[in-house]
Amino acid sequence: MSALVLDGLTKRYGSFTAVHGASLRIPHGQFVCLLGPSGCGKTTLMRMIAGLEEPSGGRLLIDDGDITTTPAHKRDFGMVFQSLALFPHLTAGENIAYPLRIRGVPAAERRRKAESLLELVRLPGMGDRPVSRLSGGQRQRVAIARALALEPKLFLLDEPLSALDAKLREAMQIELKQLQRRLGITTIVVTHDQREALTMADLVVVMSEGQIRQAAPPMEVYRRPADAFVADFIGMTNLLEGDVTAPGRLSVPGGELALEGLPRQGRALLSVRPEEVLLHPATTPGGANRLSGTLSFVRDLGASVEFRIEVAGREIVALTRPQDRPAVEPGGAVTVEIPAGACVVLPAEGQAAGERPS
Amino acid sequence: MMPRWFHSLLAGLVGLVLAAPILVVAGVSLNAKRSLDFPPKGLSLAWYAEIFTDPGWRGALITSLVVAVLSAALAVAIAFPLAWFIWRWRAPWARAFEVLGMTPFILPPVITALGFLSFWATFDQYGEPWTVVVSHAVFFVTLPLVTLSLGFGAVDRSYVEAASTMGADDRTVLRTVVMPLVRPYVISGFAFAFVLSLNEYIVAYMVAGFTLETLPIKIFNALRYGYTPTMASVTVLFVLLTAAVFGLIARFGDLPRLLGAWVRQD
Amino acid sequence: MIRRAPRSLAEHAPILFPALMLIVFFVIPFGLMIAVSVARRIPGGFYEPDFVFANYERFLTAFFGGVLSFSLELAALVAAVAVGIGFPFTYRLARLPRAAQVRWLVFLLSILSLSEVIIGFAWSTLLSRTAGITNLLVAVGLMAEPQSLSPSFGALLAGMVYQAFPYTVLVLYPALARLDPALVEASRTLGASPVKAFFTVVVPSQRNTIVATLIMAFVFALGSYLLPQLLGRPQHWTLSVLITDQAIYQSNMPFAAAMAVFLVLVSLALVGLALLAGRKEEA
Repeated sequence: MSALVLDGLTKRYGSFTAVHGASLRIPHGQFVCLLGPSGCGKTTLMRMIAGLEEPSGGRLLIDDGDITTTPAHKRDFGMVFQSLALFPHLTAGENIAYPLRIRGVPAAERRRKAESLLELVRLPGMGDRPVSRLSGGQRQRVAIARALALEPKLFLLDEPLSALDAKLREAMQIELKQLQRRLGITTIVVTHDQREALTMADLVVVMSEGQIRQAAPPMEVYRRPADAFVADFIGMTNLLEGDVTAPGRLSVPGGELALEGLPRQGRALLSVRPEEVLLHPATTPGGANRLSGTLSFVRDLGASVEFRIEVAGREIVALTRPQDRPAVEPGGAVTVEIPAGACVVLPAEGQAAGERPS
Repeated sequence: MMPRWFHSLLAGLVGLVLAAPILVVAGVSLNAKRSLDFPPKGLSLAWYAEIFTDPGWRGALITSLVVAVLSAALAVAIAFPLAWFIWRWRAPWARAFEVLGMTPFILPPVITALGFLSFWATFDQYGEPWTVVVSHAVFFVTLPLVTLSLGFGAVDRSYVEAASTMGADDRTVLRTVVMPLVRPYVISGFAFAFVLSLNEYIVAYMVAGFTLETLPIKIFNALRYGYTPTMASVTVLFVLLTAAVFGLIARFGDLPRLLGAWVRQD
Repeated sequence: MIRRAPRSLAEHAPILFPALMLIVFFVIPFGLMIAVSVARRIPGGFYEPDFVFANYERFLTAFFGGVLSFSLELAALVAAVAVGIGFPFTYRLARLPRAAQVRWLVFLLSILSLSEVIIGFAWSTLLSRTAGITNLLVAVGLMAEPQSLSPSFGALLAGMVYQAFPYTVLVLYPALARLDPALVEASRTLGASPVKAFFTVVVPSQRNTIVATLIMAFVFALGSYLLPQLLGRPQHWTLSVLITDQAIYQSNMPFAAAMAVFLVLVSLALVGLALLAGRKEEA
């Protein structure tokens, strides 16, 4: 039995389709990230789940009950908004107790509950602070506590950390994940930050142009991207396109690659992660899956070194650990090795990824 | 960006001219004798006392205050649901009523006054005191309508959405979130309508001028029989009352924003 | 809460009361006034329903033509003076520190809300023989003895500009408060003197605002119904005064209504133009 089922959810605004037939099963207790560039429809999809937008088509079910037309205030979900939406006329504690107050919970019990929620988000004793006197990170925690006050069936967060600076954001990601694991609550987070998604999610749902491109665990999305968009959006990648010349052989600009999983004929598209690309001095003897090129640019990022190599007019990026740095210099000839195991064969351009089973 | 001295001079002159008639009237109101001399001959506050002791003036003052309070309240009662409706729902047709509500304030007041006169006369209510209240409420509905449109516009919709995800229905959202946030705008809308109703002459006069004497009508009627220092003291009282109300709006609300400047202070 | 078109009756309910109030107490009175304008006058009573244009034909007399042209000229003059002073004043006002702005706005609003009766009374006192400014001139020796300056055209003009000035400033205020200060700063860095920057950057960039404000001030001045009686002579009576006079003292509702309808048409046409000018500014 699935906790939450999206069945062909669609949202149209006039002739513009913001979300196109989104289907997804989210089991109980999962941490899901809706990931994609701005305008991909992820926020619209979340707002439909929350009941803040009416779907133009499709159904939404929770524990097999249809809630497509249930108004937001009857869904018992908790949501953290991008702007946080903390009520400026209430204190931190009153904000957290708001859902209890409108249900007529007595004041003393409200206060006790708010205090325990403040402790949960590590802000004990801050209940009397006006919202305007909280720091960015504290507001974040108050918003999370408020959304959790009713022990919701579903915990929704719309770009919750986007207003925080980079350091605090990373810390909050870890904290949020730990909190979710402790409470075991089904959680959906909208984000455009792939690091955030990889840090927190059990299930990453990559969206683009209103469609779900891939829904899979983080490492699967990273290692086995469903299409070129996903490969390119999650982390850095090299996309190589070529013609199949013989079974298991692909001719790409600058040479030929031997690998498995190729179509029998026609064109094929590969994704190769930069850290899987090997770089050798040009003097290294040639061999299988080796292309020769010119090193155009090197940058040392401290934890890793990035190389940009021009191969037959196209750029290939390679990443190594500093201690593995090969003896190559910018401007010099180099040999690039692309191990067969590093190649992910993607559907050729133009094939609709949304129609793949996910 | 003209030279600074030019602007200071201009501001000084404008301030002086704007204040001059009021200052002279204030001076006249202090005359000891029943004369309109400036500078005043002798000092006395008797003419201020007369507003409250003379039954005619006191009656007019009370009438004016009652009419202003009731009509401002009615104006807010008309404007609030309208402004809320336009903000809450996607209903472009409802804007037509907003335009209707703005019209009386833009047209020359004589026209609205005459419209009311035709209306009340046709329905045989001419001269009934309550018609002044209704007429003023409709005439000044523009003011709460403008302040409330601004007020609702300033409410971040995510507050409402947040409240609804926490289980609040429309009515609860209005009571617990929207109302506390727009309260300053309700108050300033009421205050604007109150002050203008207090000072309004032509509509009140045309609708019930012969049966109901508000302060402006009383002053105008008195003008025909010659000027007295009491008129001056009433005028000063009005100016002070008006300034006090606007001062309060400025103290508790964002006056520049109410008047259309984008002032974001956070 | 989803913002969509209201569907059920319950969702429409809140607008019923305001809609009803505005229709019953504004649209119907307005329609009635138009109906009355073609009705027949009953001496001693109000009117009798009819469909005659006699009331409109009276416009064609020389007397009415004179009143109309005087009303329009006076309103135009008042608007020009009010905007001429109001524009540089508002420009400066919008650049004052916030607290000073608020003080000025309170002051201006207080004057704006003053009853015409009170403004008329205050100005006639200011211009009177016993309490007026001529006493000041006598005191400094510029005048032999105090004299009354009212009623006169000058007194009327002063009173009406006084009344229209706060309104003009408040109409100009939003546009000038939002004016990007970088515009002027840019022109200053390009070598324009303050005066030159004002006339080559601020004024042209606000041309439509100025036109719109002129029209709004003009309509506002057209509405002045008491000052011409209190500060002017009978030949200074305007259309608004005439309407009041016909409706109340001559008990000729149909003729008053016909004039009012005419005034509405002029005002609405002008307000429409002002909105059009204002919209261009935003585009």
